[in-house]
Amino acid sequence: MSQSICIISTQAPYRGQFAREALDAALVSASYEIPTSLLLMGDGVYQILDGQSPGQLEKKKLSSLFQSLELYGIETVYVDGESLAERHLDPEQLLPLYTLLEGDAVASFLAQQDKVLSF
Amino acid sequence: MKYALAVYGASGTGQSSLTALSFARALLAAGHEIIRVFFYQDGVHNASSLVSPPQDEVNLPEQWQKLITEQGIDAVVCIAAALRRGVVNTEEAERYELPASNFREGYELSGLGQLLEATVEADRLVTFGD
Repeated sequence: MSQSICIISTQAPYRGQFAREALDAALVSASYEIPTSLLLMGDGVYQILDGQSPGQLEKKKLSSLFQSLELYGIETVYVDGESLAERHLDPEQLLPLYTLLEGDAVASFLAQQDKVLSF
Repeated sequence: MKYALAVYGASGTGQSSLTALSFARALLAAGHEIIRVFFYQDGVHNASSLVSPPQDEVNLPEQWQKLITEQGIDAVVCIAAALRRGVVNTEEAERYELPASNFREGYELSGLGQLLEATVEADRLVTFGD
């Protein structure tokens, strides 16, 4: 199982189970020792915002799961710069775990992957 | 060609489950192989035996089960996603002391690893989400 897999996560962090279940897919993939990357696009970029406190929603904090990614061998989270800009988000507002992909970098990054799973 | 399908949409909402089913039928008719259908997220509802639409509407879980059993397709439902959504087999119902179970025969309740394995082994993975 040496093919690379990229998980694209496109939904806001507390919209149902979408983000959580995309993250689970990335963790399981990495635990199978498949070279795994995680790319946040669209509303998915909100997942890596620092200072989340979803307690009032009675949800677990997703950002703490992001901090455990490294234990599974996922050392960085790729973030689509255009999605950030569209939402008037600044990279400084994010947890310091990301690699920014600007412009054509997203397309060339995805072209390098053997398989892409989109959530 | 070897295909794997991932179904993320419930039978009762959106178009993705029906589209996936039609795509699966078309693949087999064209002589392709389906190595696995994986039901994840709200797609787990496609394994429920309690879905009962009016008689003049299509019963998608029933149609899926028919295709799966007739064609001997490996159909896997994510166990964590299913338990969250109240889709359980008798074994899990006993384990969690639940009053009922609603899992159709022909499907298997297993882990997310089955999706990743199918992704790696298939020539094409096609995802159906809403």
